[in-house]
Amino acid sequence: MPSLKDLKIRINSVKSTQKITSAMKMVAAAKLRRAQEGAEAARPYAQRMEGMVAAIGASIGDPTGAPKMLAGTGSDNTHLLVACTADRGLCGGFNGTIVREVRRVARKLKSDGKTVKILCVGKKARDLLRRDFKADIVETFEGIGRRGVEYEQAQSVADKITEMFEAGEFDICTVIFNRFQSAMTQIVTNQQIIPFQPPETDGDKEKTGGPSAIYLYEPEEQEILADLLPRNMAVQLFQALLESSASEHGARMTAMDSATRNAGEMIDNLTLTYNRTRQAFITKELIEIISGAEAV
Amino acid sequence: MADTIQFDLVSPTKLVASQAVDMVVVPGGEGDLGVLPGHSLLIGTVRPGVIDIHEGGKVTNSIFVAGGFVEVNPDTCTVLVEEATAVADIDKTAANQRLQDAQKALADAGDAKAKSAAESEVKVAEAMIAAAS
Repeated sequence: MPSLKDLKIRINSVKSTQKITSAMKMVAAAKLRRAQEGAEAARPYAQRMEGMVAAIGASIGDPTGAPKMLAGTGSDNTHLLVACTADRGLCGGFNGTIVREVRRVARKLKSDGKTVKILCVGKKARDLLRRDFKADIVETFEGIGRRGVEYEQAQSVADKITEMFEAGEFDICTVIFNRFQSAMTQIVTNQQIIPFQPPETDGDKEKTGGPSAIYLYEPEEQEILADLLPRNMAVQLFQALLESSASEHGARMTAMDSATRNAGEMIDNLTLTYNRTRQAFITKELIEIISGAEAV
Repeated sequence: MADTIQFDLVSPTKLVASQAVDMVVVPGGEGDLGVLPGHSLLIGTVRPGVIDIHEGGKVTNSIFVAGGFVEVNPDTCTVLVEEATAVADIDKTAANQRLQDAQKALADAGDAKAKSAAESEVKVAEAMIAAAS
């Protein structure tokens, strides 16, 4: 049976933890709103860029002459996985789900005899994947999204990927990130960015002409593609990072909210025990006094 | 056929403009493009310059853009740019500063990649100053 003093100390310690978690929750909520706005504002650009690349891709009849970034290298032996996680923990299952998915995909590819390379965005991906895939991690980017994701940051990651691709270090690049659904739910998404895959048409069929339309190109389509493809990759990556950052704050907010609630429950329980113990102590003292008086 | 064309100007961070217009003039990579409703399908590059939006026979809005891509359909014109500023909002001193920085970066550029990045930055800054004056 813990003494009254012990109980008091424990209550105080839980109370201060609760203060921290509720502050973190509020910070995450404020950041979430900004990140969410950013992610939503960037969506039209990414979607249209994707649509444009898809239109050009569809109108190029002969894939052999197309740039490799569009048509692929012709083999699928080496896969590059880009794992987008946070730099910090305390955000529920956010990092765990990404890492689990990366592990699953990497194991599957390895059992099929492919080579896997991993590029980590966020410190947590590296920390969690280091144990199993130490040899496969090629590079880690940290500090992205500390002050909101900026396009330049996505650009620097994209430059690295382009450089690796041009050096022939991988054939297929997939980004694994959390797509922001709501503060409560994030959807783990695998998006292949190299070679380019046209977006699945999910009911939005407003494009006139359809995929077979013949476009005029000014300048030549090869020239446009050479410019457009790396930019498209950077934009898709930027979008993924924005989604990931919004998801991170959402996940953290939810996690901290339930932590605050759990701490509240714990305080209630401890206070109950504290009061009971105190009462039992008083009763015991009374009994002692009364029985002492009776004995006289 | 509609007598207006849906014009969308999108930058990575936001949808800058989305409106039905009579005509837009886009600074294409190989010369200015006047886009009217019913234009044939076209995809092209955009050089740093000014997009003019025409409504009712006169220019109602001018927006400076720093290069990107344009996609034209008979009833929509989508311009994707890295950066967009209304011409009225251009800060001339900032633009001059940017040109100087870019020229310095060009002079300091070591490899070919940095050089081409600096060159395009110089072009953007020059176009921005030209647009403002």
